[in-house]
Amino acid sequence: MNKRWFGILSPVVLWLCFFMMVPMIAVVGVSFLSRDTVGNLVWTFNISNYTRFFDPLYLGIYWDTIWLSVLTTLLCLLLSYPLAYYITTAGPRTQKWMLIGVTVPFWINFLIRTYAWVLILRTQGLVNMGLEQLGMISEPMQLLYTKGAVLLGMVYTFIPYMVLPIYVSLEQMDKRQLEAASDLGASRWSAFWRVTLPQTKSGIMTGGVLVFVTTTGMFVITDILGGAKSQMLSNIIQNQFLSARDWPFGAALSVIFMISSLIIIWLFNRALRSKYESAKEARA
Amino acid sequence: MIMIRLENVEKHFAGHPVVHPLSLKIEEGEFLTLLGPSGCGKTTILRMIAGFEHPTSGVITLDNEDMTYLPPNKRDLNLVFQHYALFPHMTVEQNIQFGLKMKKLPVKEQRERIDEAVRLTQLSALTKRYPHQLSGGQQQRVAIARAIANKPKVLLLDEPLGALDLQLRKNLQTELKQLQRSLGITFIYVTHDQEEAMMMSDRIVIMNNGRIEQIGTPKVIYERPETLFAATFVGENNIFHTEDRLYAVRPEKIRVHHEVTADHQSGIIHDIVYLGNIHKLIIQLDEEQSFVTSVLDFTDQRTWEIGQSVGVYWAPQDEVTVGR
Repeated sequence: MNKRWFGILSPVVLWLCFFMMVPMIAVVGVSFLSRDTVGNLVWTFNISNYTRFFDPLYLGIYWDTIWLSVLTTLLCLLLSYPLAYYITTAGPRTQKWMLIGVTVPFWINFLIRTYAWVLILRTQGLVNMGLEQLGMISEPMQLLYTKGAVLLGMVYTFIPYMVLPIYVSLEQMDKRQLEAASDLGASRWSAFWRVTLPQTKSGIMTGGVLVFVTTTGMFVITDILGGAKSQMLSNIIQNQFLSARDWPFGAALSVIFMISSLIIIWLFNRALRSKYESAKEARA
Repeated sequence: MIMIRLENVEKHFAGHPVVHPLSLKIEEGEFLTLLGPSGCGKTTILRMIAGFEHPTSGVITLDNEDMTYLPPNKRDLNLVFQHYALFPHMTVEQNIQFGLKMKKLPVKEQRERIDEAVRLTQLSALTKRYPHQLSGGQQQRVAIARAIANKPKVLLLDEPLGALDLQLRKNLQTELKQLQRSLGITFIYVTHDQEEAMMMSDRIVIMNNGRIEQIGTPKVIYERPETLFAATFVGENNIFHTEDRLYAVRPEKIRVHHEVTADHQSGIIHDIVYLGNIHKLIIQLDEEQSFVTSVLDFTDQRTWEIGQSVGVYWAPQDEVTVGR
C-alpha cells in the first residue's frame, strides 16, 4: 500500500467521510427525490423542491432568517467586545472567575434557560409586572412571541460564543504595543482602532461565524420565544422533516440554506481578511 | 543648552520607594546612559521621562517646559522598547509611518521621512515585510527607525539590544553611536551592560537601589569611581580596607614581580587565567585575607606558575578612595 492510499484511509479522512460527507450527500440526494401522499420517498428525479423555494412565502422567511442572524451576530459582537476587553484588563485570578462567569450558562440546560425568558417576558412576567408596579405602563405589553423576543433569546444564548474567541485574540496581543502607540502620538481611541482592533480580527471572524451559523440553524428559541408568527427557515425545515413529512422539500431547503450560509461566511471572511493574515498563514 | 531636567524626582510604587529624590540635567545632543543592575530604578526613570509613569514628587522638564504630567502622546520624544513592541499587523513601512500619521504630516513629508529612516537604519530592502518575517536585529532596526522618523527632541532607549546575541549587539552598538552622532538627537540609553555603557556614552549615570551613585564621562567613571558600587560595577577592581578608608586599585595597575622584597606586599599565585590578548593572575596576599587580580598584557613574557611566591606592588597614586 503506498503512502497516498494510506492518506486517504487515515482515521481523520474516514471520520470526515462518515460523519460529514455521507449525511451531506444523503441530504443532497434526497432533495432531488419526490414523495408519495403518506410521505414515503419515491425514487424519481424531481427539481420542483427547489423551484418551490422561490415562493414569496419562503423567500420572505429566508430573508427574515438571514436578517435575524446578521442582527444577532452584530449585537453579540457589540456586546461581547467590551466585555472581552474588560476581562483582559483584569488580573489573572479575576480573569479566571470572569471567564467562568461567561461560561456558566452552558452548565444549565438550554431549554430551562430559554423558558426562563418566557417567565420574564410573558404578559404576567417579571418585566410587565415590574413596570406596572412602578406605574410606567397601565396594561401589559406584548413582549413574548415577537421577533424582538427571538432576537433577545438568540443574543443571550450566543454571546459566550463571541466573547471567548475575542477574549483569546485580545489575550494574545502584546499590550506593550499600546504603550508604543501612545509614545508615537496616538490617543487611546486611535490606538484601539489602529492597533488593537485589527489584531483581533481573527477572533471576531471566529466568533462571527460561530454565532451566525448557529443562529441560522436554531429553531428551539424561535419556537419557544417567537410563537407561530416568527418562523425561521430552520423551523420550516424541521416541520418538513417531522410534521409535514416532506423530506425532499426539507432537504432542498437545507441545501439552499447551507450554500447561502457558506457564501455569506466567505464574504465575511474576505471583508475582514488582511494581507497580514495571509502573510502570517504563509509562514505557518 | 539643557534638554531634559529632572528636579527632585521621586517615585514610589505602593508606598515603596523605587527612585529616591534625584536631580539630573541632560544636555542637548548628549548620549547619556543610565547604568545599573536590574531593579535599580533606571527603567522607571526612563518611563517617567516617556510619560508612562508619573513621579510621586518632583518636576521633569523638556526644553525648559514642564512635562511632568503630560501624557506620552503629547511629548516630543520617543521610546525604543526593549522588546521592540512593533505592530505585527503592519509592514515595516506602516510601522514607521504610524507616528507620522498620528502627527498628521502631509503625505509627501511622511514619504520623505520614511525613506530617510529606512536609509539610516539600512532597512530599504525590507519595507514591505511584516515584523515576523524579520530577524531580531532587523526588528530592532525597525523599532529605531519608527522612533527617529518622528524627529523627536530626545530618543529614549530601554535596553534596546538586550535580546540580541553578542556579535549582533556589538555591531548595533557601533551603528547606534554613529546614528546618534549624525542625527545630533539627545539619546537617553538604559542598560545593565557596563561595557555597552562605556563604549557608547558621553556620560554615564551609575544607579543602585534607586539612587545615583556617580555621574561622569566613561573615563572619569573608570578611573575615579566615587563609591564602592561604582568601583566594582564598572570593570574589575581590587578593593582594600584600611582602618581609615576603603580604596580601589584596577588590576592593570597591579604589578607583579618574581622577586619578593620587604618593602612590597607578597603573595602566592592562586590561579592563572589566559584570555588571549591578556592574562590574569589571581594572587592570595600573605598579609591580608584577600585575593588581588593583576592583569598583564601580551608584552609580558615572564613565566608564571600556580603556587609561586611573588611580590605585589602598586603606586600610591593608583589607589582610588571609594569610602571609609
